Amino acid sequence: MPTKPAGTLYRGREGMWSWVGHRITGVVIFFFLLVHVLDTSLVRVSPEAYTAVIGAYKNPLMALGETGLVAAIVFHAFNGLRIIAVDFWKKGAKYQRQMLWAVLGLWIVTMVAFSIRHLSLALGGH
Amino acid sequence: MTATQIPSPRSKDTSGKIAPEYRRTGSSRGNFEMLAWLFMRLSGVVLVVLIFGHLFVNLLVGEGIHAIDFGFVAGKWADPFWQFWDLAMLWLAMLHGTNGVRTIINDYAEKDSTRFWLKMVLYAATAVIIILGTLVIFTFNPCPVVDGVQLPGGFCPA
Repeated sequence: MPTKPAGTLYRGREGMWSWVGHRITGVVIFFFLLVHVLDTSLVRVSPEAYTAVIGAYKNPLMALGETGLVAAIVFHAFNGLRIIAVDFWKKGAKYQRQMLWAVLGLWIVTMVAFSIRHLSLALGGH
Repeated sequence: MTATQIPSPRSKDTSGKIAPEYRRTGSSRGNFEMLAWLFMRLSGVVLVVLIFGHLFVNLLVGEGIHAIDFGFVAGKWADPFWQFWDLAMLWLAMLHGTNGVRTIINDYAEKDSTRFWLKMVLYAATAVIIILGTLVIFTFNPCPVVDGVQLPGGFCPA
């Protein structure tokens, strides 16, 4: 295996950057998932332990973190459906670029709606 | 007139010889990588539904995140529907994520021993999380009692 490849196969543009985004969001979601199963497991330790630790999610900084996490999940979900279309739909490869713009459009719409609802709940009152 | 019998390429012929079998990889791995590729797509579609549903019910309905406490979890897991929803989400998400990270390790760790040990750590973490999560879902007790005393905050019948 050469350690220094001559030239590169990475072509940039929509195809490569969506792949990079898919990898980064995937890793972020995976590590959150490990933590999330562990924090939920505290219900098996005691009601107070769970409620105390879950309380750590309920502050303004975490509300932004949750919004970022959901942004990663929604991108990974929509781009994942695009990858499936590229693989299984006859014209998928031809329209992969247009589909990425559709993914980003839907992502923005979803995230605006989610952010308004979640941030007004998380930051408002209580 | 007798027609000449030509056996189809990958069949075992009757002459006692075995016809050459077409193998793409030439290794003993079989079609594991193809099945992993297919699993990513199938589990991905199911996970979109499971996780969007999870986020909607837990964060966007009613009081949202403020409603989440021990009683909230107890209320959900009193219903087998949510137990199996969460179980399916746990298993599919962990296997999907593990296979994704496995791919990334294979891509970027060049030394054989580094690749091997990173994957061993990954698989160990995956096994612990899947087993722990499964046990928690099925052994959950909404009204925990220690030495005959109910723990505070529990969800106990009056």
